[in-house]
Amino acid sequence: MAELSLQLGIVVGYLLLALGIGLIAYRVTENVAEDYYLANRSIGTLVLLFTTFATLLSAFTFFGGPNLAYAQGPEWILVMGVMDGVLFAILWYLIGYKQWLIGQQEGYVTLSEMLGDRFGSTRLRGLVAGISLFWLFPYVMLQQMGAGEALTGLTGGAIPYWAGAALITAFMILYVVIAGMRGVAWTDTIQGLFMLSVVWIAVAWVLSAVGGPSGATAALQSSNPEFLALGSDFYTPAYIISTAVVIAFGVTMFPQINQRFFVAGSDRVLKRSFVLWPVLVLLLFVPTFLLGTWAAGLGIEVPEGANVLPVLLSEYTPAWFAALVIAGALAAMMSSSDSMLLSGSSYFIRDLYRPFVDPTLSESREAWLARGGVAAFATGTFIASLSRPGTLIEVGNTAFGGFAQLTLPVMVALYWQGTTRDGILAGIVGSQILYLSHVFIPEIAVDLAGTAVPLFARTYGGWDVALAGMALGALLTVGVSLLTTSAADEDDSRFVVGAD
Amino acid sequence: MTARIRTLLWVVTFTVIVGLSVPWFLWGDPRTAAGLPVWLWWHIGWMGLASAVFYLFTRTDWDRYMGVTNG
Repeated sequence: MAELSLQLGIVVGYLLLALGIGLIAYRVTENVAEDYYLANRSIGTLVLLFTTFATLLSAFTFFGGPNLAYAQGPEWILVMGVMDGVLFAILWYLIGYKQWLIGQQEGYVTLSEMLGDRFGSTRLRGLVAGISLFWLFPYVMLQQMGAGEALTGLTGGAIPYWAGAALITAFMILYVVIAGMRGVAWTDTIQGLFMLSVVWIAVAWVLSAVGGPSGATAALQSSNPEFLALGSDFYTPAYIISTAVVIAFGVTMFPQINQRFFVAGSDRVLKRSFVLWPVLVLLLFVPTFLLGTWAAGLGIEVPEGANVLPVLLSEYTPAWFAALVIAGALAAMMSSSDSMLLSGSSYFIRDLYRPFVDPTLSESREAWLARGGVAAFATGTFIASLSRPGTLIEVGNTAFGGFAQLTLPVMVALYWQGTTRDGILAGIVGSQILYLSHVFIPEIAVDLAGTAVPLFARTYGGWDVALAGMALGALLTVGVSLLTTSAADEDDSRFVVGAD
Repeated sequence: MTARIRTLLWVVTFTVIVGLSVPWFLWGDPRTAAGLPVWLWWHIGWMGLASAVFYLFTRTDWDRYMGVTNG
């Protein structure tokens, strides 16, 4: 019992700290939408780097990922490296920097607003916001599920799943409502630094008990020698490439990531973050995923439904430290969810409510409504998380694939002035239909000249169908743009930057 | 060096950076060194290299492709 209250004390203390930071940020935040959503485009390198980084991290970093490494070997480190370290960094430049330049010039707050304005189309604006919210919802739900499970696991069931999820949801609503982007970015920075430190301490602790990396790997060599060889039936080249490409492209269109492209204080901030990406990704994912892998060699038994990392830590480290790591994992979930709530709410209020319901909405009233949106969104996902549809990774991957469908049409629009409204609409709608049909229609086999050909499969020959959707989106955007002419209210000069 | 060749060089460089983040030539290789798989050491070194190349890019042509004139 003493141990339980110690663990709970650490977790709750951590939540209160986040709330305190939110309060400080509130004191310096003006009550206008641009400041609430974007911290007046004034974010510096360390904070931008960590707020984006922390936002990328999720339940997967501490639970799903190490579990996969425990079951299949550590190759997910490579997937992460290609995906977040390199591909995302390049997209950070190609999409992020371009959007930042356009945002500086035109004052946009969301992706949908930017596209709607460029193509003179409120319908496009609403469509992009609607699609984004559709995919965002399950992803926020996933974080709440992870938080609920983490607290249940930590307390050995003393806190039921629903209560854990409710606690995290309540705290997030509180500090996002209070603090806006500035508070979220500050807490993300603390949370990111906290996660990094905790993970490295955990590695040092476990390794010192088992004779260093050589000792841990030697144990693995006798229990699961196949984990050390690169690749397996699970980690095929098709799997590694599909996963890395789909997620990297998907990440850029996640509202909370995409909105960060607008918040940097200067281009130096963007440059430095770009350079530091590969290193930061290594620093976090190498230790977390290796811990999961080594656990397999150390004979750690993971009970059904539990996560490997907490089990490993409770074996090798004192209870208070295991609680700190759980707090770190909660930090990972909260730092993604809080940003998703904030951006989700801005998409809803700015791109759906304002244009379609109340065009006369003032900036300060918008900032208040946005807070209501945060609370409503979080409550909705919390209620949905109680019925727990699907497994963590499945739901998460679907969302990434869904967002990845938006990326190529947007990139075409950013770089090719010949893009027309009909073109981008066709690209976005066509790719979403293709992907959605594959997610929701069960796979069927069709007999084609004697061989069974799968239809509506999630993968074809190991390749994710999301890749096909992405290609279709790009082709439709370019093809239809070539066949149509731009309408009078389209303004292709909006995306021309520079010459200032 | 003409602008076109320079651009081509960047495209090739970035493609190689992405393509070899996974050491495909070590596929199935179970060797370890200092307690970690050799392929993981490659990846760690490669990410460091990527970071260095990115730094070089920010110092040279970062603005060039965005039409920003004053840097």
